[in-house]
Amino acid sequence: MSAAEEATAQAPILRLDGISLAFGGVTVLDDVSFDIREGEIRAIIGPNGAGKSSMLNVINGFYHPDDGTITYKGETRTRMRPDQAARQGIARTFQNIALFRGMSTLDNIMTGRNTMMRRNFLWQALYVGPARREELEHRAHVERVIEFLEIEAIRRVPVGRLPYGLQKRVELGRALAAEPDLLLLDEPMAGMNSEEKEDMCRFVLDVNDEFGTTIALIEHDMGVVMDISDRVVVLDYGRLIADGSPDEVRGNEEVIAAYLGVVRD
Amino acid sequence: MTGAANALPDLSRYDTSPKLLRRNAEIRGDRPCLREKHLGIWETVTWGEAAAQAREIACGLKTLGLERGDRVSIIGDNRPVLYNAILAIQSLGGVPVPIYQDSVADETRYVLNNAEVRFVFAEDQEQVDKVLEIKDECPTIEGVIYHDPRGLRNYSEAFLCSTGELTRRGRDYDAEHPGFYDGEVARGAADDTSVILYTSGTTGNPKGVVLSYRNVLVSALNSVRQEGLGEGDEVLAYLPMAWVGDHMFSCGQALVAGFCVSCPESAETVLNDLWEVGPTYFFAPPRIFENILTTVMIRIQDSGWVKRKLFFHFLEVAKVHGKRILDGETVGSSARLHYALGALLIFRPLLNTLGLTRVKLGYTAGEAIGPDIFDFYRSIGFNLKQLYGMTEASVFITIQPNGEVRSDTVGRPAAEVELRIEDNEVQFRGPGVFVEYFRNPEATAETKTGDGWCRTGDAGFIDGEGHLKIIDRAKDVGRLTDGTLFAPKYIENKLKFFPDIFEAVCFGDGRDCVTAFINIDLEAMGDWAERNGISYASYQELAGLPRVYDIIQGRVEQVNRDLAADADLAGAQIRRFLVLHKQLDADDGELTRTRKVRRRHVSEKYGSLIEALYSGRDRCGIETEVTFEDGRKGTVRADLQIRDIAPAEAERSAA
Repeated sequence: MSAAEEATAQAPILRLDGISLAFGGVTVLDDVSFDIREGEIRAIIGPNGAGKSSMLNVINGFYHPDDGTITYKGETRTRMRPDQAARQGIARTFQNIALFRGMSTLDNIMTGRNTMMRRNFLWQALYVGPARREELEHRAHVERVIEFLEIEAIRRVPVGRLPYGLQKRVELGRALAAEPDLLLLDEPMAGMNSEEKEDMCRFVLDVNDEFGTTIALIEHDMGVVMDISDRVVVLDYGRLIADGSPDEVRGNEEVIAAYLGVVRD
Repeated sequence: MTGAANALPDLSRYDTSPKLLRRNAEIRGDRPCLREKHLGIWETVTWGEAAAQAREIACGLKTLGLERGDRVSIIGDNRPVLYNAILAIQSLGGVPVPIYQDSVADETRYVLNNAEVRFVFAEDQEQVDKVLEIKDECPTIEGVIYHDPRGLRNYSEAFLCSTGELTRRGRDYDAEHPGFYDGEVARGAADDTSVILYTSGTTGNPKGVVLSYRNVLVSALNSVRQEGLGEGDEVLAYLPMAWVGDHMFSCGQALVAGFCVSCPESAETVLNDLWEVGPTYFFAPPRIFENILTTVMIRIQDSGWVKRKLFFHFLEVAKVHGKRILDGETVGSSARLHYALGALLIFRPLLNTLGLTRVKLGYTAGEAIGPDIFDFYRSIGFNLKQLYGMTEASVFITIQPNGEVRSDTVGRPAAEVELRIEDNEVQFRGPGVFVEYFRNPEATAETKTGDGWCRTGDAGFIDGEGHLKIIDRAKDVGRLTDGTLFAPKYIENKLKFFPDIFEAVCFGDGRDCVTAFINIDLEAMGDWAERNGISYASYQELAGLPRVYDIIQGRVEQVNRDLAADADLAGAQIRRFLVLHKQLDADDGELTRTRKVRRRHVSEKYGSLIEALYSGRDRCGIETEVTFEDGRKGTVRADLQIRDIAPAEAERSAA
């Protein structure tokens, strides 16, 4: 457990109560309840189709649950739009990279600051006076992110030309540029080689450590999950089947069964 | 640039680096001293600020207990704060011991223990971790000072201290003891140790080369004077701080001439930083110049036909006139005009994209540079020169003077340096000769003779014009039975500079003549075959084609003509050669992993071929075991042709 977590162990930044979601006749999430405490790294795991990505989509307001409530920073609601979530400090990355491929690393990360720009499009286009000052402030912040993620060398490179592992890092950079309180990472290490994975793990831990950012991540690599997360929730067919520390979850029989594919009743 | 400010310092008065720093802060306090890119923006440290920072760090080190003569290590990429740390250590009479930032723990531990280092400046978490890992085995280390705090917040070791904390303590100490710092600087003298640089010996443990202020600063002053460097110059410090070259350029010459040293943002951004900084003075090993040229050529091949035609047209013009214009020789006005047009359309824009437009002095050293590569840069107006030096000489042994630049020599002795050739070995004497190897009197005695001469371990000779020519490592040089000097690497390098020769191995020590194995370059030779409609099924078949032999014979004859021009080497011309049927390969143990020929292994493995070369036969059968890429082994049989070559005449036309 990180020091940050112990200090604020009683203060969940996000609480999900009885979340249910169905698409037509398919139940994706079935009465799921758990919380994410401030400053922790929270992993969401489960076999394919367990509803992990849907869970993230519910948290950042992309899906609206059919039932249940979301309490974020003490405010309870049933519906939230993605842009509201972004403004309130929730940022995310995607399972399939969603960057602007023709734009440079710098510009892509700059878009992460978009919700914080006070001047409108016209001011920004003119690039004078307050708009200019504002842009310079944002740029300085973006440069801090670039330095943090050690991607100075690709600052000007269009992201479409970057290898996969670096694109993932740029995407993390864009999420960090929004200075989030809660960072949602959807399979940040998928498709990476072991060296890229190690780098990414270090960045996730550093983000948590240096900025105190709360992180919820979906990940398939069990080694990574057990190493870096403080608490783990396990979903299977939309149901929550376990919730606890990595060690507790590892020994849970239902989890083992779900992963080993034991015949269900 | 005013004359007064640019006057070179009087080293009898400013006899240590900290005193020169103070001088620079006084006469050019607002001029840039160091630059670093921070958050995407170049930030400048002036000489005045650098002096103040060095003072704070020095006083901070005092609070940690640094005494005169203590050794302090610096591990990290080139950073302004680390350069200032070196000056701070020197201010208190301490001795900086820079360590290569990519050294593995074993090497780092050896140096820390050998130099009995008390404090370590580590750039970041990576270097701190490296030191922490071995600290238990390095009993002399009392403190580790880090610069970048990232990732180190939860490190609780009491001996860790940030540079921020160190300078805070230093400021307080300075306020309480106002005369302390200046007093310590005044105590320094020319013959104090200024730095210990460890050389990565090819055999055995590294040796710590002890250099005095006199060594470093006199050598720096002489070279600055010869090349006309001044406070307006700019360098990019991208080579390791533990390497003598960087120490000389960024610490020695920068202090003497007062020019600005820029530090790259990261190792990966060097080429971009080069372009942004636009240095006027640039050093790179031959490999880097070769890589840049290859990239340029590939891009030109991919460009539109107009650009391509223009490029190659003006490259021809440059080949004929460029070098002579750069050397200040008389060239006709129409040729000058033609060249000027090329400069306008091609050469200047090309140098601009490389970030080399402003370079007035480019050095290369370390190994032989291919004449084509060397001539390319000079012909397009880039003043590339070779120098010959080593850590034990405080870099400079010879420098090519302007107007006397050749691709096959390393120039004349640097100012105040004397040269002699003793039993083929190059020896030198001068102000830069090192004091000793740290705590290693035996090695010192092996390298330094009693009367001040220093052995280089390189074989060479001084040509008719007084230029030094390095031919090989002294221990590899042999003699033919008639006593003629035989330098295998020198001949092999000449052969390898041809693009269609991949590798060459020469024999001759204790024999009556020189013979050679040649390895063709599959890519270059294959390209030639394709263009000439010659079909071949395998490397072996291509290598055995009579027309390929004809080409190689032409190359060998060219090399012989070159050798004939040198009186000392004319007798060591290649008399017989064969083209090997397989590429020499590290997997078969014929090359090292760094692609150097393992001479002994090759001569054992191909012993029968060597005997055939010396037997007078014109063919020889051979069966060799090869290792395929998937690890399987097989055998290759071949019947190789051997060709005789007539020696070239001793005289040649002045071409």
